[in-house]
Amino acid sequence: MTERRIVEDLHLRDLTKKYGELAAVDDLDLTIPAGSFFALLGASGCGKTTTLRMVAGLEDPSSGTISIGERDITGLRAYKRPVNTVFQSYALFPHMDIFENVAFGLRRRGVKDVKGPVEEMLELVELAPMARRKPTQLSGGQQQRVAVARALINQPDVLLLDEPLGALDLKLRRQMQIELKRIQTEVGITFVHVTHDQEEAMTMADTVAVMNAGRIEQLGHPADIYELPRTVFVANFLGQSNLFAGVKTGTSGELITVESHGQTFGVPLARNSAEGSDMYVGVRPEKMTILDEPDAHKVPDSHNRLTGAVTDVSYTGVSTQYLVNTDWGQDITVFEQNVLVGDRCDVGDRVIVHWAPEHSFGLAR
Amino acid sequence: MAAVLPASTSTQQPPTVKRRSRTAYFLLAPGMGWLAVFFAVPFITLFVTSLQVPVPGQSGRYMPAFDLMNYPEALSAYSEQFIRSFVYAGIATVLALIIAYPLAYFIAFRGGQWKGLLLVLVIAPTFASFLLRTYAWRTILADEGPITSFLNALSVLPQDRILNTGIAVIAGLTYNFLPFMILPLYAALDRMDPRLIEASGDLYAHPATTFRKVVWPLSLPGVVAGTLLTFIPAFGDYINAQLLGSTGDRMIGNAIQINFIQFRDYPIAAALSIMLMALILVIVFVYIRRAGTEELV
Ligand SMILES: Nc1ncnc2c1ncn2[C@@H]1O[C@H](COP(=O)(O)OP(=O)(O)O)[C@@H](O)[C@H]1O
Ligand SMILES: [Mg+2]
Repeated sequence: MTERRIVEDLHLRDLTKKYGELAAVDDLDLTIPAGSFFALLGASGCGKTTTLRMVAGLEDPSSGTISIGERDITGLRAYKRPVNTVFQSYALFPHMDIFENVAFGLRRRGVKDVKGPVEEMLELVELAPMARRKPTQLSGGQQQRVAVARALINQPDVLLLDEPLGALDLKLRRQMQIELKRIQTEVGITFVHVTHDQEEAMTMADTVAVMNAGRIEQLGHPADIYELPRTVFVANFLGQSNLFAGVKTGTSGELITVESHGQTFGVPLARNSAEGSDMYVGVRPEKMTILDEPDAHKVPDSHNRLTGAVTDVSYTGVSTQYLVNTDWGQDITVFEQNVLVGDRCDVGDRVIVHWAPEHSFGLAR
Repeated sequence: MAAVLPASTSTQQPPTVKRRSRTAYFLLAPGMGWLAVFFAVPFITLFVTSLQVPVPGQSGRYMPAFDLMNYPEALSAYSEQFIRSFVYAGIATVLALIIAYPLAYFIAFRGGQWKGLLLVLVIAPTFASFLLRTYAWRTILADEGPITSFLNALSVLPQDRILNTGIAVIAGLTYNFLPFMILPLYAALDRMDPRLIEASGDLYAHPATTFRKVVWPLSLPGVVAGTLLTFIPAFGDYINAQLLGSTGDRMIGNAIQINFIQFRDYPIAAALSIMLMALILVIVFVYIRRAGTEELV
């Protein structure tokens, strides 16, 4: 178990699954790098489970192909695929004890001596003392680890996890996130982890694919996606964003200028994904700084700025969260680190909100 | 702990417990009464009858006695019927299981929105009288009927006919008790999480292996219930043998019936009944013990 396996990339090409008129998965093109911890992130009903089931061979695609390296596995029956699944509901065999559950895959492939590998696997998920218990005698977190062990022991090319932590309470979920990450690093198998929890996806995965209505909206390192969302959906689904509708008016050096509600915002050329001139200027709430209006002279000349009135202040300890109503009536959110004491704005204050243009991003409207 | 509590609490608690247990007995009473009147009393009467001896010179009249000899006598006279009942009921049960399992599996996993309707169809035949349905089989299996003609054309029937043979009796038993096999099987299969079947396939099990290792063991409670619900009534049945079989195909139910109604040999009939009950009890006991301890993995 300790030696690293040479696994190959998983490719999904033009993968589509239709249920009647509805395309649950719509022309999906995706390469999942070998050995990576890959998160498929999306709201409920966007087609994550359907995608996993097609990879596992539990659902036939309407069109498209699935391959591991050069090997096309699209038509392969589930029991012949080098892929294992950790089911959302765990699906542990209730009539077998933990040992037999974990040994199941090995026995089916005719492995004679299962004792060693199973015990090693139970050691890895820290369940060795539970070997002779039945699944119903375990807690949710323990069952979850059995489900992982039962799949992992087969050393699949790809391990599919369908919201594996969804049934656990918050504390246990955080614990299991770390645990799963540790196991993945230890075994080096490709993990495809499906979740609707953006924080979970960001903390665990090397690569996150944000999925919406059967399509991949954006794919990349969690920090890269967060810092530079490419679509409105991603900007709002992964963290929070303030988006200002505007029209591109020109270019000055590395920046493009955008007219929005009578303001002019600068957006780095490289951070604009809008093709046309109708676009949104986006900025993350924590990138913004809030100042009382009389302090306007403190704003650097190069910064984007807008004015408005504070409508809500919530103090959360680490930071303060402001709701500001801009002069044109849009509500925006601003997070301010509580670095200074006693330097807060109050509800009703007229304020200037500003940010460095480098933090802006442009989105198609 | 008790010392810390106010004294009143410790004196109040026991009556509450007592009242609750009394309520339980109260609720059990009607069931117990029903059992006493409709099971215990007839059983004792039957047992007493089985020990009676004939009143000399008066045929059909018996007087109380303690004649245990009725038992060996009945057994030696009707051992053939006992064995035949066991064989016929056993074959019918196995056939019913083979027919019912795929049907129940289909309804449970593929039935979808039609599940309810399909289940109604399964029990629909029982809306007609048992006797009537068995009579209908006389027509279905008649010597000139299509089934018999077809099988005769293939020359596969040992006696060139079905009606009035053991085959007809077994067919009748299988048919009549089929719903009692299907329903518990369906209940067990419907309860099963289809994800378990997928998980098994995901873990490299061929569909046949998945059936052997996952579906079958998890459906065992349904199999046990279904086979018992089929075997027990089939074992004691006499209508199928009477309507569909020849005199050479009589079962133990027929022997009891004939002794009660025709020969009016009540002690022998009662002894047969008691032995039938005892035999079923032993069979069920052994069966459940075996099914319960069977290695399920
Ligand atoms: N067997 C099915 N029949 C019809 N529609 C389905 C079926 N499975 C999923 N869907 C639909 O496909 C869409 C995607 O479902 P799913 O992949 O389960 O989403 P997710 O896992 O992201 O929540 C949903 O709109 C769902 O209703
Ligand atoms: Mg899902």
